[in-house]
Amino acid sequence: MGLKQNLHNLKEKYKGKKMAPAFNALHTFLYLPNETTHNGTHIKAADDLKRTMNTVIMALVPCLIFGMFNAGYQHYLALGEIQQADGFLGASFWTLDNFIIGAWTVLPLVVVSYGVGLAVEFLFAVIKGHEVEEGYLVTGMLVPLIVPVDIPLWMLAVAVIFGVVIGKEVFGGTGMNILNPALTIRAFLFFAYPTWMSGDKVWVHGAVERAGTPDAISGETILGAYAQNTSLAGIDYWDMFWGIIPGSVGETSKFLIIIGALFLIFTKVGSWRIIFSTLIGALVMGLIFNGVVEAGWIGDTSKFYGLMSVPFWQHLIIGSILFGAVYMATDPVTASQTNKGKWIYGFLIGFISIMIRVFNPAYPEGVFLAILLMNVFAPTIDHYVIQGNVKRRMKRVKVKAA
Amino acid sequence: MGLLSKKDSKLIMDPLADNNPITIQVLGICSALAITAQLKPSIVMAISVMFVMGVGNVVISLMRNIIPSKIRIIVQLVVVATLVIIVDQVLKAFAYSLSKELSVFIGLIITNCIIMGRFEAFALGNGVWRSFLDGIGNALGYGVILIIVGFFRELLGSGTLFGFKVLGDPVEKTGLYAIGYENNGFMVLPPMALIVVGIIIWVQRSRNKDLIED
Repeated sequence: MGLKQNLHNLKEKYKGKKMAPAFNALHTFLYLPNETTHNGTHIKAADDLKRTMNTVIMALVPCLIFGMFNAGYQHYLALGEIQQADGFLGASFWTLDNFIIGAWTVLPLVVVSYGVGLAVEFLFAVIKGHEVEEGYLVTGMLVPLIVPVDIPLWMLAVAVIFGVVIGKEVFGGTGMNILNPALTIRAFLFFAYPTWMSGDKVWVHGAVERAGTPDAISGETILGAYAQNTSLAGIDYWDMFWGIIPGSVGETSKFLIIIGALFLIFTKVGSWRIIFSTLIGALVMGLIFNGVVEAGWIGDTSKFYGLMSVPFWQHLIIGSILFGAVYMATDPVTASQTNKGKWIYGFLIGFISIMIRVFNPAYPEGVFLAILLMNVFAPTIDHYVIQGNVKRRMKRVKVKAA
Repeated sequence: MGLLSKKDSKLIMDPLADNNPITIQVLGICSALAITAQLKPSIVMAISVMFVMGVGNVVISLMRNIIPSKIRIIVQLVVVATLVIIVDQVLKAFAYSLSKELSVFIGLIITNCIIMGRFEAFALGNGVWRSFLDGIGNALGYGVILIIVGFFRELLGSGTLFGFKVLGDPVEKTGLYAIGYENNGFMVLPPMALIVVGIIIWVQRSRNKDLIED
């Protein structure tokens, strides 16, 4: 008797009991349920919720693995123990040493994120007596990718509980949430423990412990440096594109994010409308700011000069706007549902992201705030798009009748 | 209950739980969000509101038969404003630093919907003793929520209660801070007060299903 049969027997045994959803979740996660529907339509489609979620996770795995290498690489580079890697395939980047120390710091984040998040999901499923929902699979993967490597694990655990309960469960669980749970978690961390979520220490493993000692190392991000009107030496645009720069765990490599984006668009899981309109919005805002600098309205003494004078296309390769556009903004639950609405929604995300980035040096990473803001407005956008359609058709009917 | 009849004690007990002005009627939220970052201002605010509501309800109840109904709102405003100014001056005289901390929010008691609501809904139509009880009851219901929210926000946000460092010293790393605990900066910000009030509403309604509206 295999595990499948065992699980099935357990399921029969606990049918109608309180713990039933927990067993069912394990069962359907591992195997196809061995029961058929009894009434209604019988549609068999391959792209159920679990498949969709798994597609997104597959698109995220390269970012995660790269993030592990990068965490180790930034650590050793800051210590001065290895040479700067030359490009994506640089010899000092893809080493076992880098991977070991990276995995050692990143894997606990993944374990805490999934462990705590799924525990909350199971708890709510048992209390409410519904099946465990798959929604956390993607959230649990996104969370470790959007936090700094050295975030204390208990903070992550508190934030995950907050994000899942307040961001999702109070609204009724997966599919009912207004806000993207992963971004709710990041926002909670950002406002609750700002010293661990921003500044020039947390982005490189080991920089916090060494602060103030003779061994101190810097862990500043490019965005942070620009916001202070300085720039980091020795980093060219290709480094930013390949992602061998300090930053949150999984958002640095624009190359892998673009590959993930193509994968999502090809499998029709992610909306290309949202991704492209977000990037267009960011470029437009970047162009406007470039225009402001060129017109001479802002001198280089202004505190906005550093980020405002960045050539507009570079906004896409510094910071996490690309990661946000591909993996966060496209969340089907919290994004706009209508096609026209998606264009508006995405454009405003990009537009506001760059605006926050430039105007508020305290939050140079405004992408998550912009996406959360537009999450709130997404239903409103949809409402007006639909009303617009209704009005147009009513006119057509009237013309015909007349 | 020797002191209060059953009907009278209901006036006190109802606003404390099933008809709470903040969590059920969702009134007076503005001040509940603004001044609950710490416990002490929350308590002072609760006492101030209790004074204004108790006395205000009595005054309005005494005048209820001589107030022309066309100008009753103005009369009510005059009564509240007078009482609020008394509270404000007393605080300024005897607890200046607290009065600075509460700043404009003592003055804004005038606009607290709970007070005008009770004047309109209760004091204008009931006797003096019952109006007094109703005012005290509603102020207690308001104060209880304020104190609960203030307790959690000060404990988790600053690690203190009434200014005492109950969780240890964050600078010298004693107590909980020695093992890596840190204060939750989000708790000090007003949005978190909204979330805490929301959680209280959630807990209350899941314990008493009758309160859930469709």
